[in-house]
Amino acid sequence: MRDQATFRIWRTQPDGGGGFRDYTTAASDGMVVLDAVHRIQAEQAPDLAVRWNCKAGKCGSCSAEINGRPRLMCMTRLNNLNLDEPVVVEPMRTFPPIRDLVTDVSWNYKVKKGIRKITPRPADAPDGTWRMAQRDVDRVQEFRKCIECFLCQDVCHVLREHRKFDEFIGPRYFVYAAALEMNPIDTADRIPDMKEKAGIGYCNITKCCTNVCPEHIHITDNAIIPLKERVVSRYYDPVTRLLQMFK
Amino acid sequence: MAVHATYTYDVLVIGAGGAGLRAAIEAANAGVTVGMVCKSLLGKAHTVMAEGGMAAAMANNDDRDSWKVHFADTMRGGQYVNNWRMAEIHAKEAPDRVRELEGWGAVFDRTPDGRINQRNFGGHRYPRLAHVGDRTGLELIRTLQDHASYLGVTVHMEHTVIDLLLDSGRVAGAVAYDRERGRFHLFSAKAVILSTGGAGRAYKITSNSWEGTGDGIALAYRAGAELIDMEFIQFHPTGMVWPPSVRGILVTEGVRGEGGVLKNREGRRFMFDDIPDNYKPQTASDPEEGWRYVQHDKGARRPPELLTRDHVARCINREVKAGRGSPHGGVFLDIAWIKEKLPNAEEHIKRKLPSMYHQFKELADLDITKEPMEVGPTMHYIMGGIRVDGDSQMSSVEGLFAAGECASGINGANRLGGNSLSDLIVFGKRAGEYASRFAKESGQPRLDEAGADRAITESLTPFDRGSHGENPYNVQQDLQEAMQNLVGIVRTESEMQQALNELRHLDERNARVGVEGHREYHSGWHTSIDLRNLLPTSEAITRSAIERKESRGGHFREDYPDKSPALGAVNIMVKLVPGVGMRVSRIPIPPMPAHLKQAIEEQTA
Repeated sequence: MRDQATFRIWRTQPDGGGGFRDYTTAASDGMVVLDAVHRIQAEQAPDLAVRWNCKAGKCGSCSAEINGRPRLMCMTRLNNLNLDEPVVVEPMRTFPPIRDLVTDVSWNYKVKKGIRKITPRPADAPDGTWRMAQRDVDRVQEFRKCIECFLCQDVCHVLREHRKFDEFIGPRYFVYAAALEMNPIDTADRIPDMKEKAGIGYCNITKCCTNVCPEHIHITDNAIIPLKERVVSRYYDPVTRLLQMFK
Repeated sequence: MAVHATYTYDVLVIGAGGAGLRAAIEAANAGVTVGMVCKSLLGKAHTVMAEGGMAAAMANNDDRDSWKVHFADTMRGGQYVNNWRMAEIHAKEAPDRVRELEGWGAVFDRTPDGRINQRNFGGHRYPRLAHVGDRTGLELIRTLQDHASYLGVTVHMEHTVIDLLLDSGRVAGAVAYDRERGRFHLFSAKAVILSTGGAGRAYKITSNSWEGTGDGIALAYRAGAELIDMEFIQFHPTGMVWPPSVRGILVTEGVRGEGGVLKNREGRRFMFDDIPDNYKPQTASDPEEGWRYVQHDKGARRPPELLTRDHVARCINREVKAGRGSPHGGVFLDIAWIKEKLPNAEEHIKRKLPSMYHQFKELADLDITKEPMEVGPTMHYIMGGIRVDGDSQMSSVEGLFAAGECASGINGANRLGGNSLSDLIVFGKRAGEYASRFAKESGQPRLDEAGADRAITESLTPFDRGSHGENPYNVQQDLQEAMQNLVGIVRTESEMQQALNELRHLDERNARVGVEGHREYHSGWHTSIDLRNLLPTSEAITRSAIERKESRGGHFREDYPDKSPALGAVNIMVKLVPGVGMRVSRIPIPPMPAHLKQAIEEQTA
């Protein structure tokens, strides 16, 4: 590996606009992009704004776009990048910029509040607990691996290009809704909301979200498609509709 | 100095990890207004990193378990200097606190009969840790965060508190800045709960994220609160050692719970060579018995890899110092060997330890189902912190409460793995309950605007010095170096005296720190503010460690390698005396009531 690498980092300008600036710093075996950003911060640009926390791929704070691909900076190793050219590091483009690599992700928190919360059935046992088989919670546990890095939201073209922030909740919240819908003890019904408020119809299953998920959650196949199927069988299935007419 | 906004709450919670969120939930349920301030985005706090599980004597996997066994385990792990009342409450209340999480959406791993599955962990006599693979902390924080968000708790994300405000000795609120714009905010509150976590960033090799800068400990100290047990630092035996950029990141004890073994470069399972006498009756006599234990054979005893963390960390330290370590200065932790025992070992490892598999694959390019990991001790947890009343979690400052890692008492000289997540929910709940009760009985205090003004002016002085001042990153780095080398796993008087000198010097350098530019997400400026907390916290650790002239739990002194019965009867307390500085004293541990003594005797019989 080269001992030096150049990072082309997005910097906010005083006028509110922005542009790329190149920083060259030492690179060593095992380093990740976030290490390089920290080194640049400590040596050359103490005011470089970056959001991070655990540095182990567990908190989902350091989301950015590296060479055009949404990724966690802490999980992107330099030896997997071409260091003969500058490594381009820019903020998630789907969300409003705050400064340098930091974006305003508050929309996500707002969306979550709009999803019906868990409504458990009465407890199965006198001590207030439930009985669930591991095989029935496996799929929910896959969804609950989500670290809320919002990279899936960043890459989703419904948000990124079409800006449907008011009509579409994005892949993260389909995963969240699916986890609740498939929780064995939950009794709430989110299917009407999925159709009417969450805009699930906008998703045309290009699987971009699945491809960028650092937790390798099968967002499209295991969360979005099953939710779409539930919407379809509730509202569009001819047999169901026929039966409803005679109710 | 211009204050951007002032907010008024009944209860202000500082820190949004497991303890803070659980406190906020309880306070909101009690019908008071709750504000929450956190340094990161909601849901990113260090709780997210907890892997192994939360300890609660639910007895789902072994019906011999009970609160008494959990209590006795916690006291023995803490070498009997714990606040026994807290250890009792914790053992009794943890099962209910875990169970209620399920109704709030947590999805734990299951037993074959569909109950919450519990796993073995170091120092716990029976399988006791409710868990979700090796990402239990994520499950906890997400569950609490989602539940709190439906209760109308106002969260001020990415805000850092710089000082608490007092009104004639009673807490009255806090002054903070927002990281986004660098604007200042005042919070008026009848009660304040500190739940800011630990202080790992005082050390060079730590599992803690940037947030662990001892904020709550230092805020409380400056407000006049008493700190105890600051000498007790837990070095987790297994942190990553390579690559350098991830040095210190945690490798869960769950790896050993699933059968992982520690070996030196000669391939020897060195943990069998040094089993403390008081643990011998409960420790496996050979590798075969150890394997049977992790396979849930109730007749087998635990392998020595699952002895308490302080002991395992020192054994690893010894192997490395004796030149028997791994290439990058650690030892080997091998889980891949279980393929000799299990037909589908690879899938088993990936299912039981998914985050560990992922972490090593992506950060170290190593497949843990095929090769051993390299691990070494990492500063993981501070047992010491704010002294609180065991029942109410109120500190020695009226209206100021503390819960979680920044509070002290439950863990004594050493925390058992799994007792932290349960601590968060048990005492988070109690802090929320008692703080809201306190708030209901009190009037809104007077907000000390002059005091806020002083704190704000002081926090901005690095900008006055600009680029001529000291680089804050350098000061922090030198502090970490000093604490790591001089107040680390193995301590001596002379090195700690040297550390005090260095700390004095670092204090002077910190007074000259300078930063340049704007205040938006200015990490250099934030570091200068973190230093105001890291320095007194480090001094408290060092002074307490000098005062405890014995070895106990997480505090090991080469010059006093044995336990002293006299020091086993006291806690070391630190307090700020106005005009004098940091004062260290010994406070006697109150005598344990008969029913608790009996619980311990039943387990040692």
